Amino acid sequence: MTVPAFIERFDAVTPRLAGGGADWLRRMREDGLSRFTRLGLPSRKAEAWKYTDLSALGGIDFALAAIEPDVAPHHLPEIPEFGGLRLVFVNDRFRPELSEVERLPPGVVVADLAGVLAGEGDFLADWLPRLAPPESHALAALNTAFLGDGLVVRLSRGVRLDRPIHLVSVGTARERPLAFHPRHLVLLEDGAAATLVETHVGQGDVSYFSNGVLEIGLGAGAELRHYKIQDEAPTAFHVATTALRMDDHARYEGFILHLGGRTVRNEVHAVIAGRGGEMALNGVTLADAERHVDNTVCVEHLAPGGRSRLLFKTVLGERARGVFQGRVLVDRAAQKTDAYQLSGALLLSPGAEMDGKPELEIYADDVKCGHGAAVGELDDQALFYLRSRGIDERAARRVLMEAFIGEALERVSLESVRERLAIMAGRRLESMGEGEER
Amino acid sequence: MPTAAREQIEALAERKYKYGFVTDIEADTAPKGLDESIIGFISAKKREPEWLLEWRLRAYRAWLTMEEPTWAKIHHPPIDYQDAYYYSAPKTAERPKSLDEVDPKLLETYQKLGIPLDEQKLLAGVAVDAVFDSVSVATTYKKKLEDVGIIFCSISDAVRDHPELVRKYLGSVVPYSDNFFATLNSAVFTDGTFVYVPPGVRSPMELSTYFRINAEKTGQFERTLIIADKGSYVSYLEGCTAPMRDENQLHAAVVELVALDDAEIKYSTVQNWYPGDEEGRGGIYNFVTKRGACRGRNSKISWTQVETGSAITWKYPSCILQGDNSVGEFFSVAITNNFQQADTGTKMIHLGRNTRSRIVSKGISAGHADNTYRGLVRIMPRAEGARNHTQCDSLLIGDKCGAHTVPYIESRNPTARVEHEATTSKIAEDQLFYARSRGLSDEEAVALIVNGFCREVLQQLPMEFAVEAQKLVGISLEGSVG
Repeated sequence: MTVPAFIERFDAVTPRLAGGGADWLRRMREDGLSRFTRLGLPSRKAEAWKYTDLSALGGIDFALAAIEPDVAPHHLPEIPEFGGLRLVFVNDRFRPELSEVERLPPGVVVADLAGVLAGEGDFLADWLPRLAPPESHALAALNTAFLGDGLVVRLSRGVRLDRPIHLVSVGTARERPLAFHPRHLVLLEDGAAATLVETHVGQGDVSYFSNGVLEIGLGAGAELRHYKIQDEAPTAFHVATTALRMDDHARYEGFILHLGGRTVRNEVHAVIAGRGGEMALNGVTLADAERHVDNTVCVEHLAPGGRSRLLFKTVLGERARGVFQGRVLVDRAAQKTDAYQLSGALLLSPGAEMDGKPELEIYADDVKCGHGAAVGELDDQALFYLRSRGIDERAARRVLMEAFIGEALERVSLESVRERLAIMAGRRLESMGEGEER
Repeated sequence: MPTAAREQIEALAERKYKYGFVTDIEADTAPKGLDESIIGFISAKKREPEWLLEWRLRAYRAWLTMEEPTWAKIHHPPIDYQDAYYYSAPKTAERPKSLDEVDPKLLETYQKLGIPLDEQKLLAGVAVDAVFDSVSVATTYKKKLEDVGIIFCSISDAVRDHPELVRKYLGSVVPYSDNFFATLNSAVFTDGTFVYVPPGVRSPMELSTYFRINAEKTGQFERTLIIADKGSYVSYLEGCTAPMRDENQLHAAVVELVALDDAEIKYSTVQNWYPGDEEGRGGIYNFVTKRGACRGRNSKISWTQVETGSAITWKYPSCILQGDNSVGEFFSVAITNNFQQADTGTKMIHLGRNTRSRIVSKGISAGHADNTYRGLVRIMPRAEGARNHTQCDSLLIGDKCGAHTVPYIESRNPTARVEHEATTSKIAEDQLFYARSRGLSDEEAVALIVNGFCREVLQQLPMEFAVEAQKLVGISLEGSVG
């Protein structure tokens, strides 16, 4: 079992982290630490980590970013504008001077976690442990032990926030490898509605390890649109675990675009606890070089009449490796569930690899559940069709790839975001195409 | 591994023939439990050559270092491997003397399946004297096969009469150290079937355990080895639709198939071991390793299985597609009712160019049963142009059962195309209503619809088998509706 060196200094370090000496938080951290030391870094022997190898993490001497001297980014990388509120974190440190959190309407809390903990943060004692990802999740436990700053969103009953909330995370390490454990919490009370955009960018050649946890609680009839862009530095480890819990008739629409990172695991645990909950999670992964990108999604239908849709599209070039693990569980009580998951992958080069495991676990009989998975290369006939109409090979390939990922992109319901994502994906495809000329 | 354990194993490995098992040779049953002396006993009893005994012992020593797998979605109390007999000759004395002594429920099932009286006696384990003429039938068949050069005999006979073939192929597809249950089988297997089809020969008939079964009781650790030499074809049927009487709770069989250039093997199974009673008491634990190697170019191996019996089924008939253009197929119907558990599926490992595989799996779950499809499709980098299509459908009858699908898809070649589809649903009310309004009872209606659901697989079975299998589908689901 390999364990990062900084955990040895737990007692010395934690009083300096977000929330300081609050008793409830210290107990929560201690619990996280004991769970993590028991579980250790996940190894490939664990079924959930069969296709993603984190052993490289154990070999890097990460320092805890939160207690290291502040690393100012060389310059802020280009960050897409979505117009609205913006909270910028460099590693897991909140940067008010780069952020915009003004003119909040009544019933809306949008702030940084450390700030909230220092002020009126008692409601967090109730919420933070409640939504947490599964007990057995080692990296979420590590996050709990060392949780740093993050985003807190709380919307009171019936409040609908039109402006998107933009969470920007800039990862950077200069002198030595850094690890950080941001913790985000999004609570929408009954009937509230919001849009959350996450952008993860990074810079520098020194490796960093972003181990984030995002907890989302949606009250009855609440609606969240949640779009994430992962464009970490080429040496970065990005592990993100989202725990989502939905009450009656809540709606969640998620999208994830993977463009960067070295080793990436995006894991989502969704629990549809109330009747008639609807969730969709779609994603596009574009990876080349030696990147490893893993999308792992678990949807638990616990109540009747729920609906879930997963659609993941993956394009892999060079020696990249893609992973899709989808698990849909339908509990005995969740009659009339309608669940479908689909994973499609294009392999552009002989060194690329796609591994998938779309799993169904069903205990109710009156349900409609299915899954599909397909892996292959670009369709020769389609390519021929385009070329016979005078389109050169490169453009033809590009058209087909755009169409391929377009099926997932078009499910992004907010037009301004959809267009932005399409442009970013298109640019990435172009650079991948250069390496794959035949 | 702790050093203490390793020392213990090494000590065991050193200890050879200590018990002088030869003295026990007249006994019909080995003492309870498992150690090297028991393996020596089995081997001596079967007058095996030294190399086979060595092989068994190697397997046994490997087994001691292994742990029972826990990844399958099955639950059972721990198995005490020392609390079992690993060799026992057929017990003639305990057999029922006539059909009057046989459980009437069993007979009722036989009648529903339309099995002739003589066969009923055989299946129920009734001591058969001159009445049954299967011996003569078998002899006729044997003659016919000999004429074309096909070797079809028990594996013990093959070890004696064709040692070069057995030695060359035994363990070449499922090595003795393959997995916990296969390794146990390698150590203690008692009998099974051996088939060798010479180059260019097309077997003139379906080979079946049916007409061999009365000659030898195959027992709980069956070992089957089928070799189809270049350009040959053979179709082999295992098991039968009728419920089989068996006192052994643990079954761990191994089946190895080898297809050389242009050869084809079709292997069909109908498994209907005792599933336990309606409360989930008793029943067979069926932990089987079945694997075929498509070694030659253009070779083909096709598995068809209808699994309706056993309390627990743990079984993944697989194909290793080594030869270029080779083809693997897996057609499966698995039905679980009451408290049965099935975790079954296949592995298709694509190594050669233009290899193709097809998987069609139909799982039906009723009562309190759990039914899991678990499958792996792996495309290796050299498998240019490989193709796979997988279809797996699950049907749930009632709200106390579970149906699960766990496919693993691994592709490492861009020219390969892998497709997987799965659905889960229940029998639609309107279909049931339609059938009932035409005078069918609930059970008949369900049987009809389920048979339609399984049709793609059932039609892969040889004709006479298919008819029985259809009836079996209905019978297996009795009591699941209404």
